[in-house]
Parts: sequence; C-alpha cells; structure tokens
Amino acid sequence: MSVNYSSRKLLEVHITPSRMALVAGLLGAWFVTLGVRAAYLQGLNTDFLQGKGDAVASRRLAIPANRGMVLDRFGQPLAISTPVETLWARPSDTRSLTSHEIVRLAAILATPQDALAKKLKSPHKGVIAIDRNLSPEQAVKIAALGLPGIKLQREFRRFYPAAEVAAHVVGFTNVDDVGQEGVELAYDDWLAGKAGTRHVLRDRRGHIVQDLSPARGARMGGNLGLSLDLKLQYIAHRELSAAVAKHKAKGGGIVVLDARSGEILALSNLPVVNPNNRKNYRPDLMRNRAVIDTFEPGSTIKPFTVAAALERGLVRPDTLMHLPDDYMVGRKHITDVHYHPQLTVTEVLQKSSNIGAVKMAMQMKPEEFWDILHRAGFGEKPGSGFPGEAGGRLRDPATWKPVEQATQAYGHGLSVSLLQLARAYMAFANDGVVMPLTFLKREPQELDGERVLSVQVARQVREMMETVTHEGGTAILAQVPGYRVAGKTGTAYKLIDGRYSTDSYISSFVGLAPASDPRLIIAVMIDEPREKGHFGGQVAGPVFAQVMAASLRQLGVSPDAADEPAARLTRPLTNKPEEA
Amino acid sequence: MKQLDILLALVLLACALAVVNAQHRARTLFIELEALKREARDLEVEWGKLQLEQGTLTSHARVEALAKTRLGLVTPPLDKVWLLEAGAQP
Repeated sequence: MSVNYSSRKLLEVHITPSRMALVAGLLGAWFVTLGVRAAYLQGLNTDFLQGKGDAVASRRLAIPANRGMVLDRFGQPLAISTPVETLWARPSDTRSLTSHEIVRLAAILATPQDALAKKLKSPHKGVIAIDRNLSPEQAVKIAALGLPGIKLQREFRRFYPAAEVAAHVVGFTNVDDVGQEGVELAYDDWLAGKAGTRHVLRDRRGHIVQDLSPARGARMGGNLGLSLDLKLQYIAHRELSAAVAKHKAKGGGIVVLDARSGEILALSNLPVVNPNNRKNYRPDLMRNRAVIDTFEPGSTIKPFTVAAALERGLVRPDTLMHLPDDYMVGRKHITDVHYHPQLTVTEVLQKSSNIGAVKMAMQMKPEEFWDILHRAGFGEKPGSGFPGEAGGRLRDPATWKPVEQATQAYGHGLSVSLLQLARAYMAFANDGVVMPLTFLKREPQELDGERVLSVQVARQVREMMETVTHEGGTAILAQVPGYRVAGKTGTAYKLIDGRYSTDSYISSFVGLAPASDPRLIIAVMIDEPREKGHFGGQVAGPVFAQVMAASLRQLGVSPDAADEPAARLTRPLTNKPEEA
Repeated sequence: MKQLDILLALVLLACALAVVNAQHRARTLFIELEALKREARDLEVEWGKLQLEQGTLTSHARVEALAKTRLGLVTPPLDKVWLLEAGAQP
C-alpha cells in the first residue's frame, strides 16, 4: 500500500505495509509503556511519592508555648521568662581553633581567654556547655564568627525581679521550666501553656508560604495576677528581716491580709534564698513556713476563748473575775507571768491572763469550746490553694481531757499555721465574717464570706483587743501612731520532740487596724528569738507596728485615732506650720 | 459557534493566569505575615526583658536606698504630716 501524502510527485513515498506495521507497533508499545508507567506512579505508588515530595517542601513545626508572667496586683512582674542562649562546644572540633579566634570569642563572652582556651581544648569527648546565660545579641555575634564545633541553643529562663522578697509565694521553676514550689507549682498548667504543632509548606529559600492545616493544640502560657502588693511585700520582708536579725532568731514569718476581701497582700518567711540563683537552693530555704508549717499559737488563741464565753453569755466585757493564785486543772498548775487577783474580762485579754482564760473555757462543754475554734477554721486547711498548705491540729472534743480543754484556752495543745491564724482574725476585723483566702487578685464582693461570729461579739472582742496596745497591755510596742490598733500577743514554749522546751519560744502578734474600720490584718511570728527579749509584745509587736504603719500610709488609709480629731485635720499635730 | 469557543478559551486563559497571580500574591502576603509574626514575637521577648529591667531598677529596696542616700529623703514624722479633709480648703 502506498500512501499519498501529497499530490506532488516529489514527496511521494513508498513504504511497504510491513514496515508501516512495525513503526506503528513500536510507537503503540511506547505509548502503552508510558501509560502503564503513569498509572503506576499516579495510581499505585502515589502515597510514597507524595511523601517524598512533602518531605522536601512541607514541614511540621513545633509551636513553643512561652511561660506566662506572674504579676503582683498592680502588674509589677514577679516572674518573667526571657530567652537566653546556651553556648555548646565539642572539644574534638574546637581543639583546632587558632588563638586569634579564641581571643575574639572570649571578647564576646567577656570571659578570660585562658580559661576559655582550656575548656575548648579539653580532652572531653562529648559536648560541653561553655556559657548558659548569653543574651541573644551575643549569640548573633558568635554565630557570625562561624567557628567549627560551636553550637548555640535558645532556651527560656525564668527570672524573678523581686528576688527573695516574694520568693516563698511565687516559688520557682526547675531547669526544664516546670513549677516546683509556690504559685509556679499551683498554677503550672495555666502558666506553662501547651506546645503544639503546625503543618506548613516551605519554598526553596526556607520561607513558610502556606499553612497546610490549622495549627493544633498550642496554647500560650497565661499571665497570672497575684493578690500580693509588692510594696507591702517589700516592707513586710524588710521589717521581718530586721527583727529576726535583731533577736538572733531562727526564723520568722509574716502575713498581711486584706481584712475585707481575704486577699493575701504580703507573705514572707525567713530564712529564704534568692530564687534567681539556683546554686544556693536548698529545699528547707524555699519552704513557705507561714502556710506549710504549724506551731502552737499560745495566747493569740485567747480572743476566741473570750468570744466563745461572750457568745454563750457566760461573761460580759466588764465582768469582774476573781482569779486564784494557783489554779489546778487535773494535775496541772495554770500560772500567769504576772499574777493579778482580780481582772475584768477585758483585762484578762489585755494582760493575757492564762488563769482567766482557762476559767472561762472550763465553764463550757468541750463541744462548745471546740465549736468556736472549728468555726474559726482551726484544724482545717485554710483553702488558699497553696501547694501543701497545712490544716493544723484540733482534736476531736470527745477525746478532750479537762487539762487539754484548759491548755487550749491559752493556745497550747492545738497547732495552727500563721496563715490560718491571720485568716481566723478576719472574724474580728470583718464584723464576724471570714472571707475565703486567696493568693490571686480578686474583684471586690466577688465572693460571700462565712459568718463565724455575731456582729456584736466580733465588735466587742475587737474593742477589748484594742486595750492590748494601751498602757497596761502586753503590746505597747505594737502601737501605730495615728491609728487605733487591736491585736493580741502570743508567747508559746516550743514543742521539741514532744516536750515543751524551757528556753525556746515562738513569739507572735496578730493584729488589725484601723480598729474603727479594719483594713489590714497582720500576723507576725518569730521563731526562737535569742536576744533582746522573747515575749510576743517585745519581739513581734514592733514588727507589726512598723509594717502596719508603713502599709496604711502606702494605702492612704485615714488615721482614726480619736485624740484631738479636729486639730489633726488640715494642721500638723504639734508644730505650727511654717507657711499657711 | 467557533467565535464563542475562542472567547471561552480566552476567558479560561485569563482565569488560569488570575489563579496563578492570586496564588503568588497569597504566598507573598503569607511570607510577610510570617515575618511580622516573628517580629511580634521578638518584640514581645524584648518587652519582657525591658519589664525585667524595669522591675530590677524600680525594686523597692533600690528605690528606698537611693532615696535615703543620694536624695537624703526621710519618712516624715507624724507631727509634720498634714491631713486634708476631702473638700476642705487649706
């Protein structure tokens, strides 16, 4: 068969049919091969090839979750995460560095070059950390040097601007940025956030050009606003430190509460350590004793004994009590430091008479006395949400022996934490209502409190407690100029190995001011004062007064002391104004 | 009929080019967005560092020490304090 491609003679070709069939067959086979190959690639092997393609262009990236900040109630930072660069070196590679290169590296690191050279040329086999605390700027400079065997790694480190001042409340994180103590532990989930992943497409220059699927699971760490007022915290810490040093005490604690809202405005303990410096870390130094440890409160319990007696109608504030010289309960002698043959109930509180307190307590059934202590929150966790908070010990009244009932009237035989004690005094400060404690900032009137005492009894006891700081009371040093102060001292023998020590004391003072309309409750505890006195009024009272005076001034609370109120307005107390 | 085919082919071509253009613009904008996001992160880190610095510089211990030593300030004794009643004329 001949095919006419053209009518022109010149282009006429003569192809034999067999040749034609051969060419057509080859071409056909070629197309079939291509078709099969395409089907194989597109159809059967597509997953593998798609994967290979994605491996070049698409990436799964981790989305790190930065840890949120811890702030005080006015937004002052208490804990911040900030990136630091760690410089790693592989000595097997860095041994070849020239001295000129080492000099340049040492200049950026601001370290002596001899020491650096020694590290870089050490016979160590693996990788060693040269510096764990470089700024990102230094890191950029080091990367620009392009030295072999040197690697930089970005990590986030936690810094605590308030250092040891707020250390016990804020707590700290470990090297892996996980909360270990305090608020950092209690609210770790919220602060830490959650790392997630995103699936993206990259171009050949490494730019991310497209999100292939929505980001998953990532949540940034949230900021946490605490109830602490850093200024008050600083004042409290400063005064506590001064007192512990002055009395050569083993330690101490202080709690400042907002009397109306139950917010913890300041809380400090000694001993303490700067959380920015992990080298000095010891678990006992990071222990928040005011919340976690308990002690026998001593006479600071007496206002509750008196409140119970008032509540039952057993006494009135001016009831005169005749006190025996030697008061026996069971086989125990109840004694006073200074014996008074007769005192009014107010004076029992003012002079902190054990005999008077016991006499009142013994007129009640154990359940009745237990009831008020229980309502005041003793023996139960105070519910601040702080990790490991202690509930103290208050035994079942069914098991009380008379002597136990007697000693509990002046605060022995039960144990409380300082935070619990401060919380319980809210009943007196807040007309009988105790607000729930919190370490977090709270909006006013967000929560309802719990009524512990009647308004009348709370006010009566508050008035009685005012006499404690007056002439004849146990805590004249707890006076705050310009303000009416109500409070109670406590001096308890320390329990050491189940026995009362004869020369180790815990001195405490819990008070509130201004007494006419209390704003703050401050509880101070000094553990084993050794010098310059050991009574609560001598040791803890002045700390209370200093912190209360400075705090009230800081908060701008008007003085309420009744002495010459007219003269004290718009005019200095004594001196004539220099200019009017 | 043939003219309609040509018109449709041209429209198809224009659409195809528009898709390419849109895709390109989307990617350019996305890259810009990523760059801005990174900048935002860096600025946030910077902000944290500045806050840290501010926190250190304004720490009450430091301010108090400076006020007492360099400026010679003291807490006023109560007898030097004027209390003004709200609304009262001095």
